[in-house]
Amino acid sequence: MQTGNLLLLLVVMVAGAYYLGLRRSFALARPLGGIRHLHSLPFYFAMRSAMWCALPALVVLGLWLAFDDSIIRQQVLASLPAELQPTDASSYNLTLSKIQNVASGALPVNFVEPPIAAAAEHLQSLRQTSAMALTVVVIVLCMFGGAWAWLKVSPQLRARQQVERVLQTLFMLCATVAILTTVGIVMSVLFESIRFFGKVPVTDFLFGLQWSPQTALRADQVASGGAFGAVPLFMGTMLISAIALLVAVPVGLMSAIYLAEYASKRVRTVAKPALEVLAGVPTVVYGFFAALTVAPFIRGMGESVGLDVASESALAAGLVMGIMIIPFVSSLADDVITAVPQAMRDGSLGLGATKSETIKKVIFPAALPGIMGGILLAASRAIGETMIVVMAAGLAANLTANPLEAVTTITVQIVTLLTGDQEFDSAKTLAAFALGLMLFITTLVMNIFALHIVKKYREQYD
Amino acid sequence: MSQTTEKVRKTLARRYRAEKRFKAFGLGAIGIGLMALVLLFTDIIGKGHSAFVEYEIQLPVTFDAEVMDVSDPRDEEQLNYGNYQGVIRDALADRFPGVESRLDTRALNQLVSTGAGYALRDMLREDPSLLGETRTLWLLADDDVDLFLKANEKQREDSRLNEKQQAWVAELEASGETRMVFNQSLFSYGDSREPEQAGILGAILGSLFTMIVTLVLSFPIGVAAAVYLEEFAPKNRFTDFIEVNINNLAAVPSIIFGLLGLAVIIGLFGLPRSVPLVGGIVLTLMTLPTIIISSRAAIKAVPPSIRQAAMGLGASKMQVVLHHVLPLALPGMLTGAIIGMAQALGETAPLLMIGMVAFIVDLPAGPLDAATVLPVQIYLWADSPEQSFESLASAAIMVLLAFLITMNTLAVILRKRLERRW
Amino acid sequence: METAQQLDKPALGTNDAARDKAINEQAAMTQDTPYPDQTVGTPFVDDPKMRLRDVEVFYDDNQAIHGVSLDIGKNEVVSLIGPSGCGKSTFLRCLNRMNDTIDICKVKGSLHLESQDLYDPKLDVVELRARVGMVFQKPNPFPKSIYDNVAYGPRIHGLANKKYDLDEIVETSLRKAGLWEEVKDRLHAPGTGLSGGQQQRLCIARTIAVSPEVVLMDEPCSALDPIATAKIEELISELSESYTIAIVTHSMQQAARVSHRTAYFHLGRLVEMNDTETVFTKPEHDLTEAYITGRFG
Repeated sequence: MQTGNLLLLLVVMVAGAYYLGLRRSFALARPLGGIRHLHSLPFYFAMRSAMWCALPALVVLGLWLAFDDSIIRQQVLASLPAELQPTDASSYNLTLSKIQNVASGALPVNFVEPPIAAAAEHLQSLRQTSAMALTVVVIVLCMFGGAWAWLKVSPQLRARQQVERVLQTLFMLCATVAILTTVGIVMSVLFESIRFFGKVPVTDFLFGLQWSPQTALRADQVASGGAFGAVPLFMGTMLISAIALLVAVPVGLMSAIYLAEYASKRVRTVAKPALEVLAGVPTVVYGFFAALTVAPFIRGMGESVGLDVASESALAAGLVMGIMIIPFVSSLADDVITAVPQAMRDGSLGLGATKSETIKKVIFPAALPGIMGGILLAASRAIGETMIVVMAAGLAANLTANPLEAVTTITVQIVTLLTGDQEFDSAKTLAAFALGLMLFITTLVMNIFALHIVKKYREQYD
Repeated sequence: MSQTTEKVRKTLARRYRAEKRFKAFGLGAIGIGLMALVLLFTDIIGKGHSAFVEYEIQLPVTFDAEVMDVSDPRDEEQLNYGNYQGVIRDALADRFPGVESRLDTRALNQLVSTGAGYALRDMLREDPSLLGETRTLWLLADDDVDLFLKANEKQREDSRLNEKQQAWVAELEASGETRMVFNQSLFSYGDSREPEQAGILGAILGSLFTMIVTLVLSFPIGVAAAVYLEEFAPKNRFTDFIEVNINNLAAVPSIIFGLLGLAVIIGLFGLPRSVPLVGGIVLTLMTLPTIIISSRAAIKAVPPSIRQAAMGLGASKMQVVLHHVLPLALPGMLTGAIIGMAQALGETAPLLMIGMVAFIVDLPAGPLDAATVLPVQIYLWADSPEQSFESLASAAIMVLLAFLITMNTLAVILRKRLERRW
Repeated sequence: METAQQLDKPALGTNDAARDKAINEQAAMTQDTPYPDQTVGTPFVDDPKMRLRDVEVFYDDNQAIHGVSLDIGKNEVVSLIGPSGCGKSTFLRCLNRMNDTIDICKVKGSLHLESQDLYDPKLDVVELRARVGMVFQKPNPFPKSIYDNVAYGPRIHGLANKKYDLDEIVETSLRKAGLWEEVKDRLHAPGTGLSGGQQQRLCIARTIAVSPEVVLMDEPCSALDPIATAKIEELISELSESYTIAIVTHSMQQAARVSHRTAYFHLGRLVEMNDTETVFTKPEHDLTEAYITGRFG
């Protein structure tokens, strides 16, 4: 039976269990003189039955679906004769996809070796068996669970507590999704990175000045190894982020100060949401703007004054990224500035300071830790930003600090290495995960540090 | 007059200059921000508005059975393999009789979109009696012709049409045999290699399925997690750890979630690439922190007096939460969910990682069909060399922004409408 | 006087409920019946430092101060007392235009510092605040060092040309505020690290470092413990030798201890102003008497 149909059947059975549980609790209550002689409301008895019916079956179903494919694959490959056994990872993938294609009918049987065809048949039959077994197991579990719950219904049963405990556990599992996500991220980038560092030494990756990740089709090709020195990428990322911060920090900070301290209510109600619109614009739109409008414009400007500007200059990507982060900086700065107590302002104004003196000499120093935290968060966002640089920055890994030249960044390389056709095991693909690991660690450290500073700052004025 | 006053007076001019300067900086900063916004929008509207219309060319077309190689229009197979380009070619040759050389003929045939043939087929299927008849039809123009017609004098000099083609098109234009119509294909087709036949419906459907998956997964999980953390979680290390994780995940670059999807959901669990289901799962993990954080804020805003009142009547903790806290916090949670969805709708990078960047012509029918999404479609078109794709990308951006503005407005209205003042 | 006698009618409350009732009735009556325009006592002096006439303050449409007229004499300590919400702080904040920071606040009347009209559009508020300093209810030292706190005013106003001058100003101000001995070894420690009383004296030192002519104090001791309060009061008495001081206080004892003259405010009106001794021993107005005998407040 197909999974979809099975799920539908499951829903029907659960509904049945609910109904039966409800009926039975009412039936038990009647001779006692009404439902108030039951420990819990009939609803809870019914819910309890439904849960017993659904949960075990769902757990088994989930586990089965998650792992049956890989188990079947292992079995099929193991059944192959020794000479066809895959030796390394790439031939493993090739054999596997061959078998799967034959099984799905995409590849005619007479195109492949007989053992492969046999394996394909084996795969088909295993899949059918698995699907059938799953159906049986799920239905049986449903029935047993429902029946057991039905039998256990009694006036003294603490059904409400049990249902609530299950619900609470369910809630807790939902909360742990956050942990699982983090673990998943760490695992996925870490394992692949370790495999990458097995092929390319860590020191080469971290300190190498050459980045040309093409791997050869044949072993005897020139530069077959590729070069995986990531320093040009780090430098490129830093260059573009620095340009972005040079735009975003002064503009964002000054607009936050103006809106918080000077602007009339009318200006504030218009300007603040307008700036926030900038934050809601998708990054791909900024990328489009950077690549097709800003970059040609800067190039034209450069040409008119006799400067040679690359068409994918770091300046264009950085400028647009800066625009993107303006609202981010300004809203963080606004939070921090308004958190400075009014008493500070009064104290300074009462001494005869002008508004700008108060801001520059009292409010700004007082808000500085919070502002630093905000800038750090903005920097981490700039480093991790992808679409603007993918569309507007270059692919060539130039080691330069000249903003008019094209540079590439960590995120650009991750996207380039992982889009398009890829084998899962080449150093090229794995390099993307190593870059991902670098990106994750950098942004994580920056975020933790920034959040810590901001939290400390908030506590100071609470 | 005291000494202090005198000294203060001396400094005043300088200090007020500084004050003015500082204020001007602030005003300038806001000006820069607003100018960037205006520039961005005018640039996109300026580039994209022309993609909402397209040009058609008027031609008398003869549905010649022999040329089309269709003897019975009711036979689906014949209909599908008919040579419709042939009749269009004949019609063009009739319109411009002077064209002789092979090179010129080919140039002439390029004026009409290759998609026009499908329109003829559909007409024939609708009305089989057309066979052998001649009708004056409006046919979709090729994208280069379209661009030429939309361009002004100066831009026409850079047209990709050669001189003869330009002359032909100009002749058609002068005699009123071209017309501008609303670009229906934009909203009724998927991607295509031909700009005039490319549409965003496929991408919109892909986005829709992805968003449905995201909403179905992230809203219940997010709300449940928020309820647990606010109402049930004991104050211990484990809870703290969850909170730290949520806060950090909110700031992890989105592309990292793409890597997670690629390595775990596709690599480990073996789900197919390029499908909205996987996209939705990845975006769920990405938007969960947003939804959890805003849901928690909504729960926190429910005053403790309500909890105490219910508790005082003997309701269990779970009943208090389900019967009182959740319904009261729901508007705030929905607002958060809409904002999270808007964020997910505009997200591109993680979807590139899981292969939703493929060239897909067919319209997806469900969350398990290979599809692309609106932002990725924009990315793909922005990268295409043809100039027409640039305005298509702008048009797609306008549609995407319209969706986002609608969603955010909805969130604001919802918040205003259902906001409770305690 | 008729109204005042009526006000007296509610018997002295023996419990809080009765007292609240009395206050409410009084408030209701004062809203209905026109208040005596005339302030009783002697609100005016010869050759005053500040001459304030018919001061009215509005928050949007709400009038907070109704036609208050009084003088503050040279080197005099004037205390403003009255129940909470009577407008005494609002009035004080008019005297160095701190109310400018509140958008909806409008001030009418004639307010003069010697010959200078405080609300003259040509007047520079920065210059005014250098002449009329202010100490706030809650100690609000800047998150800077003790030295920088005191040096802040002289620096922004350009009062010291050399580091040496600045050092001297800081030292004298701290000495005058009676804080020098306590902090001279840690001038560069943060001002926020001091105790509440020390912080408030730091704020006073910060204010007098600019050598203002008038010092306004808005309940300077309300956030302090009794010992710190005693020190501040002592300080106020010393300062009155060289400065003119207007102090808003919640505590009648404090007003009695530190001030030369006392003004009693009620619901935005100046009811009575007299020598402190007169106000506390022979109040002329029944409202004043009701307040100082503790019938409400």
